[in-house]
Amino acid sequence: MAIPFFAAILLAAQLDRGENRSPADAAHPGFTLHDETAAAGIHFVHRRPSFDPKIAGVEPHVAALGASVSVTDFDGDGWPDLYFTNSRFNEPNALYRNRGNGTFDDVASSAGLANLNAEGEGVSMGAVWGDFDNDDREDVLVYRYGYPALFRNVDGKHFQDVTNEAGLRHWINSNSAIWLDYDRDGFLDLYVTAYFRDVDLWHLATTKIMHNSFEFATNGGKNLLFHNIGGKKFEDVTDRMGVGTTRWTLAAASADFNGDGWADIYLANDYGPEELYLNDRGHRFVLTTAGLESESKSGMSVTLGDAFNRGKLDAFVTNISERGYLFQNNNLRLNQMTESRRFRNVAEGALADAGWAWGAQFGDFNNDGGNELFVVNGFISANREKSYWYSMSKIAGANGRLFEDAASWPPFGNSSLSGYEPSRVYLNRGVAGWVDVAKTVGASDVYDGRGVALADLSNRGAVDVIVANQNQPAVLYRDYPDSTNHWIAFKLTGTQSNRSAIGAEIVLESGDLTQRRVVDGGSGFASQNDRRLHFGLGSREWVDRVTIYWPSGIRQMLSRPSIDQIVAVTEPRH
Amino acid sequence: MSDAAQTVATSGNPLTRSWDLGKKIDPRYLIAFLITLVLLTAQLRYHVFGVAGYQRLALALGVCMATEALLSWFDRGKIVNLQSAYISGISLTLLVKPQGGALWPFAIGGFIAIASKYVLRYRDNHLWNPTNFAIATLLLVAPDTVSVLSHQFGNDVATNLVIWTFGLIIAARVGVLHITLTYVATFLVLNTLRALLLGQAVLPEIAPITGPMYQLFIFFMITDPRTVVKGRQRQMVVVVLIAMMETLIRFASDKGWPLPTAFNVAPAFFALATVGPVAKFLDLRRLRPTGSLSSAGTGRP
Repeated sequence: MAIPFFAAILLAAQLDRGENRSPADAAHPGFTLHDETAAAGIHFVHRRPSFDPKIAGVEPHVAALGASVSVTDFDGDGWPDLYFTNSRFNEPNALYRNRGNGTFDDVASSAGLANLNAEGEGVSMGAVWGDFDNDDREDVLVYRYGYPALFRNVDGKHFQDVTNEAGLRHWINSNSAIWLDYDRDGFLDLYVTAYFRDVDLWHLATTKIMHNSFEFATNGGKNLLFHNIGGKKFEDVTDRMGVGTTRWTLAAASADFNGDGWADIYLANDYGPEELYLNDRGHRFVLTTAGLESESKSGMSVTLGDAFNRGKLDAFVTNISERGYLFQNNNLRLNQMTESRRFRNVAEGALADAGWAWGAQFGDFNNDGGNELFVVNGFISANREKSYWYSMSKIAGANGRLFEDAASWPPFGNSSLSGYEPSRVYLNRGVAGWVDVAKTVGASDVYDGRGVALADLSNRGAVDVIVANQNQPAVLYRDYPDSTNHWIAFKLTGTQSNRSAIGAEIVLESGDLTQRRVVDGGSGFASQNDRRLHFGLGSREWVDRVTIYWPSGIRQMLSRPSIDQIVAVTEPRH
Repeated sequence: MSDAAQTVATSGNPLTRSWDLGKKIDPRYLIAFLITLVLLTAQLRYHVFGVAGYQRLALALGVCMATEALLSWFDRGKIVNLQSAYISGISLTLLVKPQGGALWPFAIGGFIAIASKYVLRYRDNHLWNPTNFAIATLLLVAPDTVSVLSHQFGNDVATNLVIWTFGLIIAARVGVLHITLTYVATFLVLNTLRALLLGQAVLPEIAPITGPMYQLFIFFMITDPRTVVKGRQRQMVVVVLIAMMETLIRFASDKGWPLPTAFNVAPAFFALATVGPVAKFLDLRRLRPTGSLSSAGTGRP
């Protein structure tokens, strides 16, 4: 009996090592990523906030969010620009205008979008861009721990704060917001999520501000839905529409998951299960379990993409994993809403464990027609020799009433908590699974990544990666795909739908390839991608058909569009 | 009130009737009932192991029971009661938290747990609580794939009350309440002292004992009749030593001493895994080899 007994122990050790071994084909992913941050003239460094000294013991934890990046073309010159948020009083946000020659210059100050971190107002946590007044210029909402700020793009160079007039001055400790047109009236509505409840983190009356459960917390802030009623005004329709969850939402994304033509909302909640709100024809949202309730975790971000070229938008939700301590595992949820009204989690192995994962995005970095995944991670990188995980394991085992009080937590000091984690780049090998090729392709940083956004910054048919790191420098990775592969991208402009075409979905068919993408109104964690939709085609030299599902309900077909270029499409009038 | 009347009144009390009924039930089934209650509470109220958990449960139970049946038949020529394997299977399902969708920790863990009873023996007795041995081993040899349940089921009072109430009643009925209470009292005293010594807040240091990992630990592992020593006082001394070892491990973690991560994650499990077998070994040496010890298959994980 002893032989099989000890053999079983050895087998466990062997399997443990084998789980993380990279397959040989990871050596040839078909693309490389080059850190060209400095060459591009991007020198943004995020600074974390400081809060009320009463919660000083847990401040590294509470202040560990706020580094965001969003992509826009605010000046309408056809080159994607970048907006980074900062999170310390008097530290400026940065608006990097794309010069079109591979370099950027920060014009936030002259645009009026720099100094948004001020006492009494709050500190920035992220931003989402969208043309809310349909004047053909991209406006921006900056969400904060504090009051959100809505800026109207006046002339492509300057922005005007219209928060009060728009009716959006509600204190909300928010880590995400998305634009969507939930009632298909052609105006972008706004969903702002809340994390901490609506306390002033600089002047706390109580230290009982933390979550009351590690898996089922419901004492967070209330998410808010604002209906755009035109005339640059919004009304709060949260309760009427049934989307005022008080789970600790960290991220949201919107698309038509069940194919009924109406924009639904998917939430990644910290300390709780994900939530799917299905849109009942613009009249209300219905919270639907869809299999999401079965695994309560710590949702950090949600990104949408067609993981296996099924013509459906699947959801990738990041979570926490720390060797030895906790494997909450990321979720790759396949959209089976039209077949069985469920999402099915198929994440396993390396894809399930990206450390303490934050922002993630689907993108076809090698232009082969399938999506890869870029995932950033790392929570608090401080003293490499001291880990807070042991302390965390003590507090996590406690009763909710204990750890909702920040004063009960063991002080962080200068401990790290899942710090110095390398980003992951998952190569999609279809049925063979996903394999991390970050080292091979050159994504080598170990910053505490938060927001990650994708954009073809040089309009050359490549998916560049922009990462906002917490309390650390931003990073720009230029994507260099194998040059033999073809691609096509689409820039959509709404007419019946919102001008930004946010929520429009494209299904591209080329031979055996089918791929669906959605125009991004905010996704991942604290980020927003280029709203132009990029498709890799591999060696395919033509596209058979493109179907555009506009938010208005109009369906448009394109036949044989030219490839290896960005195709501009305007929504037909009927 | 006459004696007769009092007897009638007492026997009419539902609580008393339940207690009397409990006396008639084989204690092993009460233990099985308790762990089933923990499992059902965790899953039905909190989906604690999700959809994939049913695969894990089936695998762990299947491997544990098959291993027990096979090895007992091989070792003794008969298949022993599988109640022990049932408890091991459920314990592993609840306690092992694997990376991704890994199922092998449940299969290999189940095999290691049950096989340890037949391999790691002294004078016809196994020394380690099977589940404790399996989890400690997996945490040490497979830290990239295996972690252990460290947070609560929902972190609410109600769930704790249900499990603790049933747990204490059944521990009393089975005759191991003194072990449970001694451990809890020692844990509270030592970790309060540890917190004071280190200048740390007391509540976070004693908080873990309200978690489900400790519920399984104090109601199932340290009270395992097959691996505890003989004699009530000796049992209490050993459990105090286990709590002291755990406090020492926690102190080492507080100080950042270079322990394997597994010790930081599950100090109680490693305290039992190190102190328990030594105590049992010494106890068996003290006793005559032909003592009244029963077969390995009737023990409890």
